[in-house]
Amino acid sequence: MSLFGVAAGMALRGRRPILEIMFGDFMALGFDQIVNGISKFREMYDDQVTVPLVVRAPMGARRGYGPTHSQSLEKLLLGIPNICVVACSECHDIGALLTAAVEDERPVFFIENKLLYGRPNRRPEDGHIGELAVRESGDPYAALTFSATDFTEGSATIVTYGGMLPIVLDAVTELVLEHEIFCEVVALSQLVPMELAAVLESVARTGALVTAEEGTLTGGLGAEIAARVQEAAWSDLRAPVQRIAARDGIIPSARPLEDAMLPSVEGVVDAVMAIEGAQR
Amino acid sequence: MTAPSTFYERMFFIRRFEETLLDLFSLGKLVGTTHTYIGQEANAVGVIDHLAPDVDTIFSNHRCHGHYLAFTDDAFGLLCEVMGKAPGVCGGKGGSQHLCKGNFYSNGVLGSIVPVATGIALAEKQKRTGAVSTVFLGDGTLGEGVTYESLNIASLWQLPVLFVVENNHYAQSTPAELELAGSIAARGAAFGIGTDELDTTDVELIHDAAGHAVRRIRETGSPFFLVSDEDRAAIEARCEARLAETVEAADAAPAATAEAA
Repeated sequence: MSLFGVAAGMALRGRRPILEIMFGDFMALGFDQIVNGISKFREMYDDQVTVPLVVRAPMGARRGYGPTHSQSLEKLLLGIPNICVVACSECHDIGALLTAAVEDERPVFFIENKLLYGRPNRRPEDGHIGELAVRESGDPYAALTFSATDFTEGSATIVTYGGMLPIVLDAVTELVLEHEIFCEVVALSQLVPMELAAVLESVARTGALVTAEEGTLTGGLGAEIAARVQEAAWSDLRAPVQRIAARDGIIPSARPLEDAMLPSVEGVVDAVMAIEGAQR
Repeated sequence: MTAPSTFYERMFFIRRFEETLLDLFSLGKLVGTTHTYIGQEANAVGVIDHLAPDVDTIFSNHRCHGHYLAFTDDAFGLLCEVMGKAPGVCGGKGGSQHLCKGNFYSNGVLGSIVPVATGIALAEKQKRTGAVSTVFLGDGTLGEGVTYESLNIASLWQLPVLFVVENNHYAQSTPAELELAGSIAARGAAFGIGTDELDTTDVELIHDAAGHAVRRIRETGSPFFLVSDEDRAAIEARCEARLAETVEAADAAPAATAEAA
């Protein structure tokens, strides 16, 4: 898709273009530009240029759009050096994230889950969102950490982002109400370069980690997070990292088939229960 | 008007520069690969003479040395770059195909550069700099779909892009008749873009045609599609034939002997 190249050319010449792709699935059409141009120009031209562009890309399923209009392809950006991938959630200051992205000298891929467009933005008030205490990192692309016990007790950390956050928060509520298991949740916004300080802080308190993403399992963000956390905090972990993601397949259009492919509240609950050595 | 002697000097320098690169390559002093521009020098010199390096921009391709030298005259920076030396124009990070200096850029993926040059033209138009964004394509580039998306956008948005198609009749090693259907010039015309087609390596004819194209872009802000038929194969074949004849004749000539001397 030439528009990625057009945006790159504009950015090379001092503009700060925002390229909006109607469906993030179409990012596949721009991958030559992303891999061989946008992400490379600055370093291969020996820092003589910058490419400060933003690509807004709606991702995600649960609207019945079918296999080519429902994917969460941000994981394909994970292995590309010199770019930034930011995902907003309904609890982030989305306007601040987008402003930071536009002001960033790096190319920023701004991932918006489609379900966000129809949901209210729930920001922390007095350090809480609903019943949960929330801490927000001071980075331009903040991480939010949630706790049901004001950070005094936690059985596991669930790290997630974007459209998976409400599902994970529902799972956390169910774990409290049905099983009296208390978890912390970290909602990242900066996915690439991966910044896991908030995750490591939480894992130091909880001793266990579940990753939850809407993209397919294999080669997902969860795999990279698991690798990094076991490397940095092996002695903190009392159980293997659990990964929750979509099954490795297409996302069908029909709702029951779609639901069967995607990560669910029950899946997150089961993963935490597995760490606890318990069955639901 | 630039003097013919100046054109000749520029073309001759590019030719000798690249012949020197080939020699250095044989000696193992170059890293990676090098795509030479031998036989196409008139094109770079004739077109780029109309561009102002401090205002206009060029996006070139993998075969970029001639364009780079004609635009920047930075032979040392280029040679160091392809030799992997620290003073290289990109510190040795880019190598032969990935150059950047001032308003000159090149990249090694065919087709990829065309939308980027189109975006550069859009930025310059918005900034009202009057810059012309020139992009050098080859016949092989015409097999890449983004080329046509870019022609569409440049025409639709009336962007100051000079598309120069250097038809050297080969996409790497594939002859044009196996990779290219239809007319090249008609591709530009199909998008409503002013088009001109040359079949020459005469630098003065190329210079005249490019002058018309660049003037038209500057006056109207519209893109232009200039096709130059380089016939690299014919030039190389003529050179090869002459060299082969020479080698054959020399081989058949009597050996020098002490008696003859």
